[in-house]
Amino acid sequence: MLEEYVTVAVFTGVVVVFSLIALVFSKLIRPSKSEPEKRTVYECGEKPFSDAWHQFSVQYYMYAILFVIFDVEILFLYPWAIKTQNTEIFAAGLLFLFIVFAGLVYEWRKGALEWQ
Amino acid sequence: MFPLNLEFYLSLLENPLFRGLAGALGVITVISLAVLILIWAERKFVARLQHRYGPNRAGKYGILQTLADGLKLFLKEDILPEKAEKYAYTLAPILCFSLAMLPFVAVPVERNIVVANLNAGILFILAVASLSIIPVIMAGWSPNNKYNLIGGIRSAALMISYEIPAGLAVIGVLVLSGSLNMIDIVEAQRDGWFILPQFLGFIIFITVSFMESARPPFDLPEAESEIVQGWTTEYSSVKFALLMLGEYTHAVFTSVLIAILYFGGWMGPLFDSPFWLALKTLVIMLFLMWVRASVVRIRIDQMVSFGWKFLIPLSLLNILIAGAIKVF
Repeated sequence: MLEEYVTVAVFTGVVVVFSLIALVFSKLIRPSKSEPEKRTVYECGEKPFSDAWHQFSVQYYMYAILFVIFDVEILFLYPWAIKTQNTEIFAAGLLFLFIVFAGLVYEWRKGALEWQ
Repeated sequence: MFPLNLEFYLSLLENPLFRGLAGALGVITVISLAVLILIWAERKFVARLQHRYGPNRAGKYGILQTLADGLKLFLKEDILPEKAEKYAYTLAPILCFSLAMLPFVAVPVERNIVVANLNAGILFILAVASLSIIPVIMAGWSPNNKYNLIGGIRSAALMISYEIPAGLAVIGVLVLSGSLNMIDIVEAQRDGWFILPQFLGFIIFITVSFMESARPPFDLPEAESEIVQGWTTEYSSVKFALLMLGEYTHAVFTSVLIAILYFGGWMGPLFDSPFWLALKTLVIMLFLMWVRASVVRIRIDQMVSFGWKFLIPLSLLNILIAGAIKVF
């Protein structure tokens, strides 16, 4: 089984090298005449009046926090999913699904799922 | 020096190193060609739906248009914005292309034809698919352009709303198939495709696949009418070509995944063949194009609350249905 992951590693390497070759190859055949005007960032033709790296409010940060919790929760469901053969395991999963759903309803009622 | 019999080359494929090399070159070739043709097909198809002609100059019916665009991008000057974070700026296209090609390593096109037959195939695919947000955010942040940054931030919002419904919708299929291996999942559909018992899951997953490939109506990261070109605004030349190729490959990949999870992969009437997988993928791609021409873009807060208040409860219900079908 481990050698399948050797294949994956080689595959990854070849794909990365391929995109590097594309970058280098195009560098050899394309023109390169850099001017200060060309290198200004695009801002509707105006001179940019500030950096883009400001502090600003990411308005969905509450969703992002909940996202981490839910992402971990669904990971627990994968082992359950492939072993659901009889009613007992199914019932155990139902209990877990109910807890996840209750968590979602709680967050919803608390107003965490509203756009800030 | 090079033996001419086929068996010799087939026996080389037993070696994991050779299989990785041959698989990667094969996947890059096939997917790049498919994307070239599909972009042309999309432009032509959407144009006809909107009573336009679409590309019709380069080659018969304009079929060489995408190739011409690609070659032009290769020959264009690559402009680095003055205040850009240089390394992240260059790394983003490489990562975007590689991470788009990587999930194909675990996709079987026939019962015995797969580059790496991973035991946890679907888990690997979902893990790689969730990594694909990283180059987008890098490309959004590094050029120091406001439009890029807004595009990248919107892309993160998109990811937050689709990732959980996607994972939950796949669980419905896993309950029925009882395996994480892609080949086993397809073989479990020998008696009937999963679209019938998992119809709700299919609806959720195809909605999610629009979000995952950032296609209309969820194309907020590169909303042309609002934020110029979104997270690719400052990119030019071959870097832009790699980003676009990677983005389009996501759409192709989600179509392949839907064909495998819900439409029985390579199974078809009379015989099993990769041809059926290609045909199913093409039909799903045509559906994605059709929706693109018909539906308007939705707002970001509507999109996030659609993901959380609608898709997540629905996909929990879908798991319930899948479990009930399996047990009773």
